[in-house]
Amino acid sequence: MAKKFVGERVPRVEDQRLITGRSQYVDDIVRPRMVYAAIVRSIYAHARLKGINVEAARRAPGVIAVFTGEDVREAIGPVPVASRLPDLKIPRHPVLAVEKVRYVGEPVAVVVAEDRYQARDAVDLIEVEYEPLEAVVDPERAIAEGAPILHEEFGTNVAFVWQLSGGDIERAFRDAEVVVSQRMVNQRVIPVAMEPRGVVAEYHPGEGQLTVWTSTQIPHLLRTQLAAMLGLAENRVRVIAPEVGGGFGSKLNVYAEEALVGYLAMRLGRPVKWIETRRENFLSTIHGRGQIAEVEAAVKRDGTVLGLRYKIIQDVGAYHQFFTPGVPTLTGLMAVGPYKIPHVHFEVTGVFTNKIATDAYRGAGRPEATYMLERMMDRIARELGLDPAEVRMRNFPQPDEFPFPTASGLAYDSGNYSQALRRALELVGYEKLRREQQVLRQQGRYLGIGISTYVEICAIGPSPALPFGGWESATVRVEPTGKVTVLSGASPHGQGQETSFAQIVADELGVDLSDVRVIHGDTAIVQYGIGTFGSRATAVGGTAVYGAVQKVKEKATRLAAHLLGEENVANVAFEAGQFFLKDRPERRLTFQEVALAAYLAKSLPSGMEPGLEASYFFEPSNFTFPFGAHIAVVEVDPETGEVHFRRYVAVDDCGRVINPMLVDGQVHGGIVQALGQALLEEAVYDENGQLLTGELTDYAIPKATDVPWLETDRTETPSPVNPLGVKGVGEAGTIAATPAIVNAVVDALAPLGIRHLDMPLRPEKVWRAIRGA
Amino acid sequence: MIPAAFAYFRPTNVKEALTLLDQYKDEAKLLAGGHSLIPLMKLRLAQPRYVIDLGRVRELEYIRESGDQVLIGAMTRHVAVETSDLLRQRCPLLAETASVIGDAQVRNMGTIGGSLAHADPAADYPAAILALDAEMRAVSSQGERWIRAEDFFVDMLTTALQPGELLVEIKVPALPPRTGTAYVKVAQKASGFALCGVAVVLTMDQQGVCQHAAVGITGVAPKAYRARAVEQALRGQKLDASVMAAASAKAAEGIDPLEDLHASAEYRAHLARVFCRRALEQAHARI
Ligand SMILES: Cc1cc2nc3c(=O)[nH]c(=O)nc-3n(C[C@H](O)[C@H](O)[C@H](O)COP(=O)(O)OP(=O)(O)OC[C@H]3O[C@@H](n4cnc5c(N)ncnc54)[C@H](O)[C@@H]3O)c2cc1C
Repeated sequence: MAKKFVGERVPRVEDQRLITGRSQYVDDIVRPRMVYAAIVRSIYAHARLKGINVEAARRAPGVIAVFTGEDVREAIGPVPVASRLPDLKIPRHPVLAVEKVRYVGEPVAVVVAEDRYQARDAVDLIEVEYEPLEAVVDPERAIAEGAPILHEEFGTNVAFVWQLSGGDIERAFRDAEVVVSQRMVNQRVIPVAMEPRGVVAEYHPGEGQLTVWTSTQIPHLLRTQLAAMLGLAENRVRVIAPEVGGGFGSKLNVYAEEALVGYLAMRLGRPVKWIETRRENFLSTIHGRGQIAEVEAAVKRDGTVLGLRYKIIQDVGAYHQFFTPGVPTLTGLMAVGPYKIPHVHFEVTGVFTNKIATDAYRGAGRPEATYMLERMMDRIARELGLDPAEVRMRNFPQPDEFPFPTASGLAYDSGNYSQALRRALELVGYEKLRREQQVLRQQGRYLGIGISTYVEICAIGPSPALPFGGWESATVRVEPTGKVTVLSGASPHGQGQETSFAQIVADELGVDLSDVRVIHGDTAIVQYGIGTFGSRATAVGGTAVYGAVQKVKEKATRLAAHLLGEENVANVAFEAGQFFLKDRPERRLTFQEVALAAYLAKSLPSGMEPGLEASYFFEPSNFTFPFGAHIAVVEVDPETGEVHFRRYVAVDDCGRVINPMLVDGQVHGGIVQALGQALLEEAVYDENGQLLTGELTDYAIPKATDVPWLETDRTETPSPVNPLGVKGVGEAGTIAATPAIVNAVVDALAPLGIRHLDMPLRPEKVWRAIRGA
Repeated sequence: MIPAAFAYFRPTNVKEALTLLDQYKDEAKLLAGGHSLIPLMKLRLAQPRYVIDLGRVRELEYIRESGDQVLIGAMTRHVAVETSDLLRQRCPLLAETASVIGDAQVRNMGTIGGSLAHADPAADYPAAILALDAEMRAVSSQGERWIRAEDFFVDMLTTALQPGELLVEIKVPALPPRTGTAYVKVAQKASGFALCGVAVVLTMDQQGVCQHAAVGITGVAPKAYRARAVEQALRGQKLDASVMAAASAKAAEGIDPLEDLHASAEYRAHLARVFCRRALEQAHARI
């Protein structure tokens, strides 16, 4: 038997180059005669542009060119929005501002110079004359009477209103024995990928080709958009995503700078590099979350939830980015979570504010949904005097109810929600902890236990659900020597699919893991693909790989039959990298021999093409719905308000597991980011729209010492949606953990009568709540 | 994050450094570990025309005993202070303080001289330096002088060092018997600097009466300060939990606490009181 790789803790093949510092990020790319761009950004959140004086900058040492919005408005199309909603207001979003600026950090002009120092120096020489306007930062204020309007052509700051209804919400509230309501703020957070954005562009006039290296999660989608923005044929644009140092959704986008740097390379005839500084990253790369919600639950005294009503304000920012309007619709789709709640009404109002756009950030709309719902489940339990675990158990659908149709119109593929929660309760020792909590309370100590049960929507998604296709592509190319090259349309950037895809292929073809190489991220090499986001790469992209490898196997088996002189292909078995006749197993060929024969083509069955490769575009029939239960145990220091972790237990079910180590890694990272939002992070703007948390010295992301030991476990409920049975796990931690942590803190403070606290639960906020209680 | 242009010098001894300093005066900046200066230069909040790197001035890297004092060269890295056996025995407060500065990378690069000269209101060392009644030796082409800790910290980011002066040495007392010390800190989560840091030195007599108490507090006010009222409430007392708690209530007396994004003035003052008590209890337990 050949070694099996799927299901094993295979170390990541990516790690060698990453750990030894030999991977190539955008900033590592150097081209002959390359020059550097630096961007002049608005220092006002809202102002009219009265004039820009670039003369001194033009004359500065090393400066090659300076362009303003007026200079490029004809040449470069606007920054695109992919998501569409009824009556969506889409303001024109120029790559360099014209007439008005609408957030601090908005690009106003660009300088190109021989080196990056000269470019940066020249930025200070550009005089922009602004006429400051009143800014509006708070989305609730932005829709109030008399607020300054960002886009005058609309006469309002409302960008969209989107609703979703299922069942009969009025009836739910008529039938309710108790109504529980809560206002909650899901604060704006900054994604903070370790590698900021960066672009290198080079134009080859002989070929008429523009090559753009950029730190992106979606090279193909970006290529299509860049071609349109720059008026080029799509097959003359090559986008390469080299090593990408984290995205978390922030690079699932089409940014002004990507088109601008491409334009500069064409216009100047020299390769151009632009690398974002951390400050620019904070100001002008998308932010996440930013929802203010009023939630009402109609419940029975036994804890049965009849219906949920959501009224949400989504902070859009100054312009839409690629998915901005789509993000809160995911919140709506997941509004009933893992519960059998028959009636739901969800309404979200998107509001323009003088800040960088919000868009997809790890979880994209689902963490918001899970947060609200899981906070509500705890509120309901407390209101009714029930145990929060019990209330959840009471509302789960049973395993035999899957596929489970939700009030929000989805069909959850498979699940066993109570099993995951039971497992988590067991692991954490729930009963015992509750008893200990009682004892500690007597001593004036504040122990809190926070549960979060979640379901999320992954494998995004069937094509009708996305503005572009929702499929993914793969080519499996067997080289003449039997080595296997996989070209994936997904664009992993830290998730480890170079390893997991190789595991799938190695098992199917009976070759060693090291014989398989996975290539992605270069549109000139890889067939069109969609990219990596929405926990889709394994469930959709991995399935495409699996599909392509089946085609290869089928062809290789036919060829082997031919070479073995067997007419009946069904008599050929393929095991452990060997083809043999079932009735005469001594008649055999290795996979490598067959691969070589396919290329030498001396003897092929009639009608068979030479070569051995196949492509597969996988269109999923549904989303997948991973689920699980997380439990946080914390102790609050009543003197300082500090939150100390005691335990953290996570039971996740992401369907079949290809590589447990990768799954653990994704869960760990997700929980850590959720911890950041729960306890530390918030993008704080002052009333003039200046970002106060503009640096890592002021914006706290979790450090290793902030993270408790994470006890992870799994249940495995395969998805029926794809042949691998996988669901996706990239965002689970971020979705599940935020409410678990907040629930734990609020549970700790329950004896003081505290019912809710908005994130982030920084010590001072907790201390004030305790003092005020 | 690209600094403005500057000329770079790398002297190998104090004399060369002083000559350069005299030559370029306030257009020059000394570079020690670079962990405060370089971030400022990257943001162009500091744009020195000349940078004088002290990294090769090896004569300023030492920790040695001299009578009942310990002398520390200004270019001594935090990690050396943290791990010095001499300091751990004779002045553990300073080693403990160094051990909670930033993270390992910061401690490998940052220097005690740089930290003190920079006088960040949230830096850790100043609390200990004040509580220890340390003295700083400054030299210039004109000569040298000793500056007492109380006089050294003038205001936020401002010390008693004059233009043309180089901080070369820090002198801390080797602690007498029956002395307990502690540094307790709560960090501002983003930067790692102290939201509040309290350094305590307690010396008791044979009878268990407090002979000497010194409390230095950083992070709370525009500059680190000595909590005199706390000290007074301890001196001459037999220390127990209630005495220490009562004394700690005075930890922010007469102080105008900082207020910013990370903490209100009220919370900072509260932290000063809480951590003062905790530091006292710890120091007391260590006697
Ligand atoms: C990520 C990070 C986290 C940090 N966390 C903490 C923390 O938790 N607690 C803490 O206390 N600090 C912290 N620091 C600061 C760190 O300790 C610095 O090392 C210290 O503040 C400055 O020391 P330096 O040797 O790096 O000085 P530099 O940055 O090189 O210099 C600082 C200033 O002092 C001047 N200077 C330097 N040496 C002399 C001298 N001999 N004579 C006169 N002037 C001189 C310089 O000209 C400059 O103005 C942190 C820094 C970073 C980057």
